Amino acid sequence: MVTTITNFGRSGLYDWLLQRISAVVLALYSVFMVVYLLLNPQLDYAQWDALFGMTSMRIFSLMALLSLGAHCWIGLWSVSTDYIKPFVFRFVFQMVIGVLMFVYTVWGVQLLWGL
Amino acid sequence: MSDKRPVNLDLGTFKHPLIAMVSICHRISGVVLFVGLVFLFCLFDTSLSGAAGFASAQDALQTSFVAQFITWGLLTSLGFHFSAGMKHLIMDVGVGEELDSANNAAKMVVGLTLILAVLAGVWVW
Ligand code: HEM
Repeated sequence: MVTTITNFGRSGLYDWLLQRISAVVLALYSVFMVVYLLLNPQLDYAQWDALFGMTSMRIFSLMALLSLGAHCWIGLWSVSTDYIKPFVFRFVFQMVIGVLMFVYTVWGVQLLWGL
Repeated sequence: MSDKRPVNLDLGTFKHPLIAMVSICHRISGVVLFVGLVFLFCLFDTSLSGAAGFASAQDALQTSFVAQFITWGLLTSLGFHFSAGMKHLIMDVGVGEELDSANNAAKMVVGLTLILAVLAGVWVW
């Protein structure tokens, strides 16, 4: 029996909920991006730059970025606990995912705010 | 757990109904999307780095088969992960959990993904 499961939130239920909320945000964001790109086949740099210059778009993107971090971490954590049994391998795998999601989050923030 | 209980973890001897296949493919598509993030972030970074970067990102998507194929693959994975994810969320709120409706929902997910895969192909190429 597994007695303690802590991965992202304080409990499995909290993780479960976060996984769903982040899924909804990611769904909205991906639909928005696909529709936007479909509606603007003649997209140019000025328009693209202006889109991500808008505060509302930056907030929406940041929300999607944070959701992505939580969604991937929780999702891949579940995958790793299902398939990777030896502690060391699982630990290393989870650390790699954690570092990668951290890097993506920082990278995304820099892109959005152009630091 | 008592180690005397029989355990059958030989997946090859299991039956895999459509629902099970959709479930495992949802997992696989999630991992594929995760791996594809490198590509998406690089593309996004380049496209916002300036007019020249935007042009080179556009050029890659219009001329490089590899870039187009990755884009198509990611759109298709997203289409599947999205459809199956929506099904998951709908069932989480307690709708369609009976065997019949679950089977139909799995069929709808597969059908929708096939349509999206073709549309994504038309779009990319
Ligand atoms: C775009 C980037 C996305 C990535 C990289 C991603 C990745 C993942 C991964 C790795 C899992 C774990 C799979 C498993 O445990 O079997 C997962 C689960 C899930 N995803 Fe996504 N996903 C993305 C977008 C979405 C979207 C747009 C939705 C919305 C419909 C969604 C809905 C879900 C749901 C509901 C689960 C939970 C499945 C479960 O609890 O068994 N995901 N995702």
